[in-house]
Amino acid sequence: MKQLELSDRQGHPKAVKLSERVHWIGALDPNLRTFDIILKTANGTTYNAYAIRGSEGIAVVDTVKEGFADDFFARLESIADYDEIKVIVLNHLEPDHTGALPELMRRAPGAQLYISQKAQSMLKALLKHERMSYTPVLTGDRVSLGDRNLEFLHTPYLHWPDTQCTYLPEENILFSGDVFGCHFCDNRLFNDRVGDFRFSFEYYYAHIMRPFKEYVVCALDLIEPLPISVIAPTHGPILHDRPERYIRRYRQLSGPSLESEISPQQKTLLIFYISSYGNTRRMAEAVYSGAMQVPDVRVSLYDLEGGEVEPFVDLIEEADGLIFGTPTINGDAVKPIWDLLSSLTVINIKTKLGGVFGSYGWTGEGVPLVEDRMRGLKMRVPIPGLRVKLIPTDEELDSCREFGFQIAQELMGLRKRKVLDMADLV
Amino acid sequence: MAKATITFEDINVTVTVPAGTRVIEVSEKVGSGITYGCREGDCGTCIMKVTSGWNHLTEPSVLEDKVLRENMAGKHNRLACQAQALGGDISVRPV
Repeated sequence: MKQLELSDRQGHPKAVKLSERVHWIGALDPNLRTFDIILKTANGTTYNAYAIRGSEGIAVVDTVKEGFADDFFARLESIADYDEIKVIVLNHLEPDHTGALPELMRRAPGAQLYISQKAQSMLKALLKHERMSYTPVLTGDRVSLGDRNLEFLHTPYLHWPDTQCTYLPEENILFSGDVFGCHFCDNRLFNDRVGDFRFSFEYYYAHIMRPFKEYVVCALDLIEPLPISVIAPTHGPILHDRPERYIRRYRQLSGPSLESEISPQQKTLLIFYISSYGNTRRMAEAVYSGAMQVPDVRVSLYDLEGGEVEPFVDLIEEADGLIFGTPTINGDAVKPIWDLLSSLTVINIKTKLGGVFGSYGWTGEGVPLVEDRMRGLKMRVPIPGLRVKLIPTDEELDSCREFGFQIAQELMGLRKRKVLDMADLV
Repeated sequence: MAKATITFEDINVTVTVPAGTRVIEVSEKVGSGITYGCREGDCGTCIMKVTSGWNHLTEPSVLEDKVLRENMAGKHNRLACQAQALGGDISVRPV
């Protein structure tokens, strides 16, 4: 297969053709191993940017990370003069795509910047010392380059509030920002030429897009009706060979991770516990039996000592309610509980029902600390946590059963609203 | 003294309060999931959704409006540390 030429004979980076009028002008970063702290990459990434030539000017879609600006400008200069640039589009304002923006605006003073409505405050915060004029756009807005047009699709939270896609209808090319991207660096650039990037594609979705599944679905509703020949994302391979496969895969990934096992009127409640001397375990079993008394609640009990975090995350994503049982050791909840709680940022658990219980020896801080964490994750925690000093008595186990029963009742919407007077609050 | 009620939908609790009470004065005491940062209208941590009774709250100040805009707050969102109940029935929840 013929090698793509990313540089000219003198070694200067040059643009790569997607079509007669559309070029890749991005940069390769093969040495990157960790992206955004949370993502690993075994062979680096690419910062993809594109130039589109219309009869009345050129548009640049996205830029690159600041340290890679030289490659970006060299590639841009290989196909365009700065005074031809009329339009700059930023689909996403994260610094790996805006690093070259201030310099590009200086070099192309005749260009107008287009960003999403939600990107406005971010632009100001990212480029604090730069004064830039810009036009905010939404779905349905378009900008003309003469015989080429750019249409904007508002696709927020993929994966920042500001994200959008830009569509070139004359060539059926979707400039998708981080959507359909991945951290995979291969100088052959196109999906039918590069090495096997399937794992990178899935891994990127799982860490970047999965927390925003509901927004992925909204974006797909906008994207799927479009005729698309090429998906041009900001990271990883350009998807020009059967791009519809990647759209279809996003649709699959945005559905439930596990097949539903319950009927529509049922709700699922998961109880996770860990126990050193069996006290929190006894509490967990009592909470479990109390919750089981409420019809249509499918209750499960898991000892964290016997499980890995990742399958539990999949279960939690589909669950309606979560209860954690933790002992307190040295004034804190225990590490397996925190390990699971800190792994929930890859899924959306907002508004799920939560509750906490646990046995303690001295002061019992573990329970309120986990409650605070649940609230921080935007879960609902309507029933105050339940703590028992050391070995639970029969009466205390009754309280645990009542705790489980109340949470299950709340889950089914059967609990009466509590009415209080402020004067009675401590 | 005039009274208002504030319902915290996330925990299914209604509290009767004297007019002039800020939401922050009640929400933590009853265990609502509205979380706080600076507690003085600057950081935007305590943005909440007012699901009903919007007109029973004090108007947002210019500064609160600015913080809400900067945090891309949605329609009918307020800062729980700033909004005061004037009377009537108000329902809120964390965003």
